[in-house]
Amino acid sequence: MEPFLEVKGLFVGFKTYMGKLKVLNGVDFRARQGEKVGIVGESGCGKTTTMKAILGILASNAIIDEGEIRFRGHELLGISKKGLNEIRRRNLTMIFQDPTAALNPVFKIESMLGDVIRYSGNFEREKVTKKLLREKSLDALKEVSLPDPERVLDSYPFQLSGGMRQRVCIAMSLATAKDLLIADEPTTNLDVTIQDQVLRLMKNLVDKKNLSIILISHALGTIRNTVDTVYVMYAGNMIEFSETRRLFSSPLHPYTEGLLKSVPKLTGAGFSEGIEGRIPDYITPPPGCRFNPRCKYAMEICRKESPRLLKVGADNHEVACWLYNKR
Amino acid sequence: MDKNEDLLVVENLTKHFKTSFGVVRAIDEINFTVKPGETFGLVGESGSGKSTTGYVVMGIYTPTSGRILFKGKDLSMHAKKRPKSLKKNLAIVFQDPASSLNPTKTIKDVVGQPLRIQGLAKSPEEYDKRVSELLDAVELPPEDFKNRRPRDLGGGERQAVAIARAIATNPALIVLDEPTSALDVSIQAKIMKVLMKLQRELNLSYLFITHDLSLMRNVSSRVAIMYLAQIVESAPTADFFRNPVHPYTKMLLSSIPVLTDEEEKLKPKEMTSRGEVPSAINPPPGCRFHPRCPFAEETCRSKQPTFVTVEPEHQVACHLVAK
Repeated sequence: MEPFLEVKGLFVGFKTYMGKLKVLNGVDFRARQGEKVGIVGESGCGKTTTMKAILGILASNAIIDEGEIRFRGHELLGISKKGLNEIRRRNLTMIFQDPTAALNPVFKIESMLGDVIRYSGNFEREKVTKKLLREKSLDALKEVSLPDPERVLDSYPFQLSGGMRQRVCIAMSLATAKDLLIADEPTTNLDVTIQDQVLRLMKNLVDKKNLSIILISHALGTIRNTVDTVYVMYAGNMIEFSETRRLFSSPLHPYTEGLLKSVPKLTGAGFSEGIEGRIPDYITPPPGCRFNPRCKYAMEICRKESPRLLKVGADNHEVACWLYNKR
Repeated sequence: MDKNEDLLVVENLTKHFKTSFGVVRAIDEINFTVKPGETFGLVGESGSGKSTTGYVVMGIYTPTSGRILFKGKDLSMHAKKRPKSLKKNLAIVFQDPASSLNPTKTIKDVVGQPLRIQGLAKSPEEYDKRVSELLDAVELPPEDFKNRRPRDLGGGERQAVAIARAIATNPALIVLDEPTSALDVSIQAKIMKVLMKLQRELNLSYLFITHDLSLMRNVSSRVAIMYLAQIVESAPTADFFRNPVHPYTKMLLSSIPVLTDEEEKLKPKEMTSRGEVPSAINPPPGCRFHPRCPFAEETCRSKQPTFVTVEPEHQVACHLVAK
């Protein structure tokens, strides 16, 4: 099937007073209709920057140097503001990491949720009444299994718990979503028992509405339990792509391998060495493969040329590493 | 067991905070002990009182009631009256190294501050030498780091500095309050290695506070699970993961997203997470977990459960187990 979202060779930098941060370094990324895709990587690897570029909400000092972002045949880079708004309204939606910051503290849930529904384009302007909005808002909250939705509608965000706030954000996103939901670390700020509930809920709703989802997370376990395919990201590059089970059972990239070994296991096997060093400085990133200073297998070519994400062996497993992409 | 064997004994410890909304019951009558050289894990979700417990032990808060005994000496006086000579036996590593290190000081002064306060360095040369030793111990090359400031360091390096500061006074017990939860997982593994090495070399005891059961499995010898200001289950780590008993513990374990099928087998199947943690101002009567417990009965709603021993050293506070 033709991917309905495709990012090709995306380079994004940020202008700062210390120099230009070269963050995204040629990101390639695809998502198909109805697919659950995960992006996993540690803090500062460019996961959120990629998604913000897709939604057109990058910070004002960001510079898109190169690349293509195609969504359902539309090129999103360079599209008019009006055209982008139309696509965002009808097709794209995002859930952010921190529900406290995502909700406006001075409005009640009813007015925020109501606005989303009013401007969703699902109803003709003149037919939108207060009663209809309240009804639809209640439906949206019931869908995310919030107990006592009437009370929630009349509450301000501070009157709700973290888990409830995130459910409200999910309700807001799903009230209008038709195509693609981007969830940026949706459960990172929640406790583990609440996280479990919220993830199960999101998965069920996405399946029910036949949406596609891009789940961004640094938590490998969350990714494993939720998505069909995974991209591993490191320092502005997609370095590995695979079907989820396969990635966890047989990782190829040295970074992925180190990352998986670093996670403490419930079985109690002790600790691995972790990965030496830290994420590179984006003003003067290392030439060649950006992982080379931390990689124990680094060769001559790794310091000179950047590897591309290429298919290796079995179906649908891709890796950007010179160990596999020999020339 | 002989009481004198325990390094730290916490008896009926309670800490309540008065707020304009009412009294927050942060810890309610908890009991536990820490033995010399062991890692005792305190696990719970946010708001369960695990950090407050660490802070009360450290003397950052004054306990409302109950006793804290360290090597048999009572530490439960007002926090500001705790003698300096006792303070040097205890140290703490906080969760967020970005805010626990003074940004205006050099690493040398951050690490050396406990030495100055306790008067442990007689001369500038000795001070300098001791700081170098401490940085060496946490695997930071002293010459590279001494004159830098916290902002020049990565998260893992900052946490290593915080650990160096904690061991400066040769404490017997270190409270580790979520020491790796602000760090990336590849860095977490490195910091944990350093902590384990120091424990072996210096015979340290750790009171390890975390919300991460997988991490706990790999570091602690005994664990206690806290829920809403109380301990609900405590056991040696291996027994605990082999045979979790309390319904909340099972819910917690079943919620963990894991990486392998072997781990999947360890998760209790009969529980799925539901409900939310109630307010600590108005905790539910009886067993505090009853509103979320699928097995709750009449007694659970009215009577507080007491601890039952299910196997040696494995205790659970649950009416259903008591039956």
